[in-house]
Amino acid sequence: MRTLAPFGRRRVRVTGADDVGAYRVLHAADPAGPAPAAGQFYMLAAAERWGAEEDERPYLPRAFSFLRAAGGTLSFMLQDVGPGTRRLAELAAGDGLWLTGPLGEGFGGPADGRRALLAGGGVGVPPLAAWAHALAVRGLRATAVLGFRDAHHAAGAVLLQDADVTVATDDGSTGHHGLVTELLAAELQRDQRAVVYACGPPAMLEAVRALCAEHDVPAQLALEAGMACGFGACYGCVVPVREGGYVRLCVDGPVLDAARVERVPEHSH
Amino acid sequence: LIEFCGLLLDHPVVNGSGTFDAIAARRAFGDALLEEFPFSAFVSKTITLAPRAGNPPPRLWEAPAGMINSIGLPNRGLHGYLEHDLPQLAQLPVPLVTNVMGATQDEVAQLVEAVDERPEIAAIELNVSCPNVKTGLDIGADPGSLAALVRAVRPLARKPLIVKLTPNTADVAAVAQAAESEGADAVSLINTLRAMALQPSGAGAGPWLGGGTGGLSGPAIRNVALAQVAAVARRVAIPIVGMGGVARGTHAKDLISVGATLVAVGTENFRDPRAAARIAIELKSLQIGASPSSSMNASEARLEVDVNCADS
Repeated sequence: MRTLAPFGRRRVRVTGADDVGAYRVLHAADPAGPAPAAGQFYMLAAAERWGAEEDERPYLPRAFSFLRAAGGTLSFMLQDVGPGTRRLAELAAGDGLWLTGPLGEGFGGPADGRRALLAGGGVGVPPLAAWAHALAVRGLRATAVLGFRDAHHAAGAVLLQDADVTVATDDGSTGHHGLVTELLAAELQRDQRAVVYACGPPAMLEAVRALCAEHDVPAQLALEAGMACGFGACYGCVVPVREGGYVRLCVDGPVLDAARVERVPEHSH
Repeated sequence: LIEFCGLLLDHPVVNGSGTFDAIAARRAFGDALLEEFPFSAFVSKTITLAPRAGNPPPRLWEAPAGMINSIGLPNRGLHGYLEHDLPQLAQLPVPLVTNVMGATQDEVAQLVEAVDERPEIAAIELNVSCPNVKTGLDIGADPGSLAALVRAVRPLARKPLIVKLTPNTADVAAVAQAAESEGADAVSLINTLRAMALQPSGAGAGPWLGGGTGGLSGPAIRNVALAQVAAVARRVAIPIVGMGGVARGTHAKDLISVGATLVAVGTENFRDPRAAARIAIELKSLQIGASPSSSMNASEARLEVDVNCADS
């Protein structure tokens, strides 16, 4: 599903930010913006001091799936991993934010009376949280399995509301000690009539893709790639597809039917 | 109105080839794109004879005050362009310039002949300068090779012929002169500067970009563009489309002041799809020497205020 974006970037105001475990959640007022579809994303850049940080960066805006969109406020989940995310994580109430979106194609379905099974982790939580909410509005309760490095990161699981959530951690400090795909395999064993919706780090997403393919369960993957523009201009964010050639994640994704993806590519930036 | 190679344009700001996909942008923004189309003419991405998938990813690298791209000219090929893209591009409210590139003189001739036949297309731009493709670099870097190419294809086109110059050459003005002497109607410059980035992980790691090297663009190359446009303007009389790091009206004004007739916006489109509309307004207010608020309507003025806020 796709909501069209207003043409051009717009300047909005940051209304606040919270720390949730290892993550930062940024809120911005976008009263004039349209209601986005779950899985869509926005290009964000701080209105002041975007650039002239480490190595004279950041320069390009950064792509983020929205976490929540309610009452004219958009929320995004960040993790400080570079000059762009660092600058965005510094923003506080009253600061200006450049925003373009909503962009791309979000999640759809589930069809044929299948249940929605959400799988992912880390900074992959936002599109799943938005989708769980959209399903709840339709009266559908999703099941979610989320993987994190440790308990500090797993605190981010609280951001996925409107679903029955089970957590796994790499170090066993909370929840299941092991991989999120182990939780997903157990869910599929229990009831295979599901559509899997997934977003997370590339290795996790690839494992989810392979597991779903093995069980012949349809899946929709929210993918990530280095992106300069977000609206199909730069041709940078491509991933190879089974039918041949590449597709641009910003206009043909970021959500792709897993059947089109031979292998989830490693991070490209 | 501004006259360029016989075309009458609303303002002097166009897009650089390959920096705006109007078909994809319409999917993202809907018909608002057509209603507020930011460019006074639209330059297509490069079309080749056969379809191209483009380079393997990664294709992008954020550089200091700019970026490096290694896209590799993905396109549907001439037939796909004429059948699929052209009907959609013909709906744009501005004249269409089609950019073509061939690996050989014969390929370029086929492209020019086919494009020249289509009434939806207003002008042809020859890409002889893409640093991602060997042939482009070779032809555009050498005045003799470029002269031979323009001499061969010029008689095949009735439409205006623009030659897009590469900055990756010893003497760009000599190449521009060669284009002019063989009948080019205009030159456009600069294309991206050949550049490279290494994988961030670990010593001895290879190139980051799937294509090995790429092209640098953005504010980092703005002053290179200014020098090259000035050098070309001193040596040719045909109109110049100047580009390179244009992000504000003042950058456009600088290029015009050293001899450009039109100015193209490239990488700044990526940061704001509507950037060219803002730049055209800023340029206009600079050219008439009026304060922005007195020369613009309310929505334009609000845009200007936003920009000023971003500065502070």
